[in-house]
Amino acid sequence: MKTKPIVELKNISKSFPGVQALKDVSLSFFPGEIHALMGENGAGKSTLIKIMGGVYKKDSGSIFIRGEECEIEDVTQAQHMGISVIHQELSLIPDLTVMENLSLGIEPRLGGSAFIDKAEMRSRAIKFMEPLGLRINPGAFIRDLKTADRQMVEIARAVSRNAAMVIMDEPTSSLSTREITTLFEIIEKLKKNNVSVIYVSHILSEVLNLADKITVMRDGCLIRTLDRKEANENVIVKSMVGREIKDYFNKKEKEIGEVILEVKNLTRKPHFSNVSFNLRQGEILGISGLVGAGRTEVIRAIFGSDRYDFGEIYLDGKEVKMNSPLQAIELGFGFVPEDRKLQGLFLEDTVRRNISMPSLKPTAQKGFVNSKWELEACKEYIQKLKIHTPSSTTVSKTLSGGNQQKIVVAKWFAARSKILLLDEPTRGIDVNAKSEMYSLMNNFAKEGGSIIMVSSELPELLGMADRIVVIRQGKVSGILGREEATEEKIMTMASILKNTQKEVVQ
Amino acid sequence: MNERKAYFEKIKAFVKEQPLIFILIGLCIIISSVSPVFLTPQNMINVLIQISINALIATGMTFVIISGGIDLSVGSVAALCGIVVSAVILPLINISIPMTVILMVILSVVVGLIIGFINGFSISRLRVPSFVATLATMNIARGFAYVYTQSRSIYGLPDAFSWIGQGYIGFVPVIVIIVVLVLLSAHIILARTVFGRYVYAVGSNEEVAKLCGIDVQNIKLKVYIISGILSAFAGACLASRLITGQPTAAQGYELNAIAAVALGVGGMEGGKGGIGKTVQGILIIGIINNGLNLMKISSYWQIITMGVIILGALIIGQYKKED
Repeated sequence: MKTKPIVELKNISKSFPGVQALKDVSLSFFPGEIHALMGENGAGKSTLIKIMGGVYKKDSGSIFIRGEECEIEDVTQAQHMGISVIHQELSLIPDLTVMENLSLGIEPRLGGSAFIDKAEMRSRAIKFMEPLGLRINPGAFIRDLKTADRQMVEIARAVSRNAAMVIMDEPTSSLSTREITTLFEIIEKLKKNNVSVIYVSHILSEVLNLADKITVMRDGCLIRTLDRKEANENVIVKSMVGREIKDYFNKKEKEIGEVILEVKNLTRKPHFSNVSFNLRQGEILGISGLVGAGRTEVIRAIFGSDRYDFGEIYLDGKEVKMNSPLQAIELGFGFVPEDRKLQGLFLEDTVRRNISMPSLKPTAQKGFVNSKWELEACKEYIQKLKIHTPSSTTVSKTLSGGNQQKIVVAKWFAARSKILLLDEPTRGIDVNAKSEMYSLMNNFAKEGGSIIMVSSELPELLGMADRIVVIRQGKVSGILGREEATEEKIMTMASILKNTQKEVVQ
Repeated sequence: MNERKAYFEKIKAFVKEQPLIFILIGLCIIISSVSPVFLTPQNMINVLIQISINALIATGMTFVIISGGIDLSVGSVAALCGIVVSAVILPLINISIPMTVILMVILSVVVGLIIGFINGFSISRLRVPSFVATLATMNIARGFAYVYTQSRSIYGLPDAFSWIGQGYIGFVPVIVIIVVLVLLSAHIILARTVFGRYVYAVGSNEEVAKLCGIDVQNIKLKVYIISGILSAFAGACLASRLITGQPTAAQGYELNAIAAVALGVGGMEGGKGGIGKTVQGILIIGIINNGLNLMKISSYWQIITMGVIILGALIIGQYKKED
């Protein structure tokens, strides 16, 4: 094919506070081509498609659309230029019908009046869906549709608005095998209609079957673009993970003691099932897996913040039933959630009030806040964790991400937690703060505490964890010891190689 | 020169932090220049008596709004409790003052507890939005007040009943002493107790609060019970002041209370504010209304003023947030 690219990116860079999300990325996308983007979490795929979709603005570099340089200011403009992004969280309005969603903003009117021409709307919807082979009732409400059908409607909408490029962000993550087959047929049809498809996925086999080109990204850089012919599993995995592990993990010699926590057959449908593992005193246990594999759900269930259907949790050999975070905290657990802004911190509140919150009750005197304790404890942990804050009464949201994360950890230190559950503890914080976070974790473990750490960053897991539990689609697919674990092994265990495995879960 | 600049900066920061104090002072200057009566001790005491009912209700409203909710039922709860108290006291012709006080407190707790519990339970366990749940109980409570009285007022109450609403200790009205005590205790609860902290935590981010081990539903339940009891007690005090039980009493009082809190905090988003701020809001509203009275402007204008105050407070709060 010697056609002109629809979209051409030249030297695109983008950074967020503390992170260089994209470095000098240049790529071309051609009509009638399915181009897969692969890479670990945080490699920069999402940032790249968000820039093309008008969600983020690039810092530098240029974008050419059909040969002309242009700036993509917002989502509407991206759509006007023919770029449609189908996100993991779909953007249809659940309380409207399929045909209403398809005509949203361009409703046909009855003879130019304010009334909507329902018949025209319906036939229009059928006209859009037919070429894609969709058999969905145009009058059905979106909220009543299955995820897969919603996705199809979303694709139909993109096509109906003359999208020249459709970007799909992990479209199969919640689909069954049959639905995936339908999706692939539609993607092939888009290809025949000369649409350029960008396909972001973790699933190797899908990508190998579907894509004409595969681009692998890592740490915000474009590593290589492969043709379908030259691509195979090994090459892709190698390019995805092949990076040196930096030695800022400050791993310390320590003793690992007896099993203190045992999880048996923990199940919460449809998120995870029969999850079993144990945690020893002084151990850092890593949990690896793709986004959406059920990692977060497992530790939230252990902390009592989500219910679980069945399964047992033993603490020091005694069975405990986790009904609420309060109970977990009383038993010595602390939880650092993945989204510190929405789940970890009272952003509008002071550093001190954040740190003391879980310990207010145990330290209280006849229901009154023990201010003396509060002052001293906060001073102690601000110092110990090297939280850079003008004072303990500074409002938390004014601090950097790294310092905010330290506050979240500090509140569990202050509460004297014995088992810390950390969900993506270093997400969105700079290298320095990361390294400090690692020493905090190591010291905590050395002093006899235990840690379960969920992380999407493989180097971090390999550098920090004593053992790694790999979760794939809600099930433990393996537990690796420190010596045997490699990035390739983890990726292979975590990736979904065959679609048939989908059916097992459902 | 630099010192002076720093001094100015300090004043500017203070004005930005505490704009209401300046609004209060400004209002006092304007009104006293129009009406010489305004600054007399007698009028000042009048203002305090006039704001006392709203102060009691707004104290409960402060708890609710800090926890991230709203309570529209307060005015109706006040009316219902006024009726209940009047009905119970009416036949007790020779009742003593202490007995009336005890009865008022007990009945307020009962009425406030029942409706506060219904509010709190629907909001926390049944997940009904607070606006809707309390809108419903607002109508239910008012309806009961009408049904019980056949929409007639209860007159002929014993003299002892008027002590709380009309009595004095020295030169200070009893009701003002009660309000000060209630405000002080509420302030201590919100600012110094673990429960108070939890109320702020729930209002500023429920999920974070839950993950810190706070029983969010329980805190919400308690907050509506506090609001219920305080507004019921306010209703009893109002009946005592009027020596009448009126089913139409305290109409629209929810608006006054919400206005006081919203004005004090500059918004209604939860997790913010406190009794100190609410007191400022109550005083501003009280002084504006008193000023309008002194200038002989119709009381209907006070309703309009209240609406304008709420709107203005929210607009200013929005600006402050965007800063």
